[in-house]
Amino acid sequence: MQKEIQLETPLETRRPLTPVPQNNQRRNKHMRTGILFMAPALLITLVFMIGPALWSVYISLTNMSLTGAGAASPQWVGLQNFAQILHDGEFFNAFRVSLTYLVFSALIGQAVLGLLLALLMRKRNRVFKAILGSIIVVAWVIPDVVAGFLWSAFLAGGPQSVLAPGLLNTIMSAIALPQHAWLQQYPMTMIIMANIWRGTAFSMLLYASGLEGIPDELFEAAAIDGAGVWARLRNITLPLLRGTIATDLLLITLSTLSDFTLVFVLTGGSNLNTELMTIYQYRQAFQFYQIGYGSAIALLIIVVGAILSLLYIRILRVEL
Amino acid sequence: MAIRRVLSTTPVYIILIVIGLFFLIPLLWPILASINPQATLAVALPKSPSLVNFATIISNGTVAQPFINSLILGISTMVLAVILSGLAAYPLSRYQFGLKRLLMYFILFTSALPVLALVTPLYAMYVTLNLQDTLLGCVLFFVASALPFCIWLMKNFLDTVPFELEEAAWIDGASTLDTLRHIVLPLAAPGIAVVGVWSFLGAWTNFFVPLIILQSQNLLPASVNIYTFFGSYGQVNYGQLAAYALLYALPAVALYTLVSRFFVKGITGGLKG
Repeated sequence: MQKEIQLETPLETRRPLTPVPQNNQRRNKHMRTGILFMAPALLITLVFMIGPALWSVYISLTNMSLTGAGAASPQWVGLQNFAQILHDGEFFNAFRVSLTYLVFSALIGQAVLGLLLALLMRKRNRVFKAILGSIIVVAWVIPDVVAGFLWSAFLAGGPQSVLAPGLLNTIMSAIALPQHAWLQQYPMTMIIMANIWRGTAFSMLLYASGLEGIPDELFEAAAIDGAGVWARLRNITLPLLRGTIATDLLLITLSTLSDFTLVFVLTGGSNLNTELMTIYQYRQAFQFYQIGYGSAIALLIIVVGAILSLLYIRILRVEL
Repeated sequence: MAIRRVLSTTPVYIILIVIGLFFLIPLLWPILASINPQATLAVALPKSPSLVNFATIISNGTVAQPFINSLILGISTMVLAVILSGLAAYPLSRYQFGLKRLLMYFILFTSALPVLALVTPLYAMYVTLNLQDTLLGCVLFFVASALPFCIWLMKNFLDTVPFELEEAAWIDGASTLDTLRHIVLPLAAPGIAVVGVWSFLGAWTNFFVPLIILQSQNLLPASVNIYTFFGSYGQVNYGQLAAYALLYALPAVALYTLVSRFFVKGITGGLKG
């Protein structure tokens, strides 16, 4: 039997924040007021978020398209779109690309670098911390499109390029290393680097706030007992941050699953080596005009996201 | 002891500075290129730095219409998200009722859905509802996708305002509206600011939704409109592109800085329940 868990936030105030209902009448009154207050928000969320999710189920069973036969009157095609996905090499390519991108840029890159930064920045000089923190956070708050163009400029040029060399190639020649057409030669590595650059701040902030919850005495006591840096990390920090780590991994997985713009801007969206599922879905629906097929792929992404989202709630329950 | 301390912290500072350079270096190009009338993709100190790039894109109309569109999207989304999430969060924070637990799970669940995958079916839905190619269509989707997380944040902030304060005011004869205005709103101001900034930025920075939903050139927001610099004619003016990118990124950085103190607390507190 699982422990009874409260949905209230475990904030500083441990007192019950909600008044205990005196009787059923008051409870019912609260329920009526509550539903009245929440109705507009719930209505909009239902229509414009759950709506498209359900709509995707319907469209994915049709041959709806923006041109040709499916445009005038979409036909019911049953599970044909899903059968087609199973024989679609490009879909599996996109799946592989998305998975590689997720594992290396988010689960390894952002999470590890974020944790490293949060750990190293503890107890550093305040000014230093503020400057470093803001540089990393700027990369996170600027719009996606701008981040994409920054990295295009950073990686520009190469041996055969007519464009001026970007900063990376300038640095390479300054230290007598060969220049490369980075985005053409190493597209996957580059989008992974760009996404680590873009997203690490979020993990860093999450871990920093998680670390604040661990009392210093714990580390001091362990240090006095002769525990080294690794021992303290393995036996104190990581176990105590377990909940934060789970939350972080799940949330960056979900946001990476929804990634589109950065890679689209960097690669022009038509490079098979870096074609994420979201980009493939977009191309099927809006470049090849197969809305039905595109929606079938979108539905698969939604289902994966929904499962991960349920997992996320599950993890939060353990934490609450 | 002091020497040992310095010796042990120096490597840490070196590692941090190296990581910091990785984050700083890609940011250099737009800053230097935007004040350089002869900018290319290379990073170079401008020979004669000037603000002519900014002046040009502002006076030739490249900036005005798309930035106004982005502002319309951002402000409408913000106003709707703040009001609707505030209304919805109040009973969730204050009352105890039957459906509450289920609703909280529903809110959490929708806050984590992959929003981008919803846009293709959304487009098909909008064709039926006649909302495609309208700013309203974009706003409604921005609000809907921002609301779950906004409600969650708002509830967490409201939870920190003690209910006793409200009760005390009621006993003194204040009406519900009075207590809301004079007690809850001022104390929940940081929460409102965070929700406002978060929902504004969600709309301001979004690229994919307007790319799909909008077709008319005069409706395009700043994000999609950046591609006009790569028009079919002539060379790309990189200095102007950099100036445009900076102007477009500036509100995001400024607004975030304004609320960052509460932001991290709200977001991380919100995320961890």
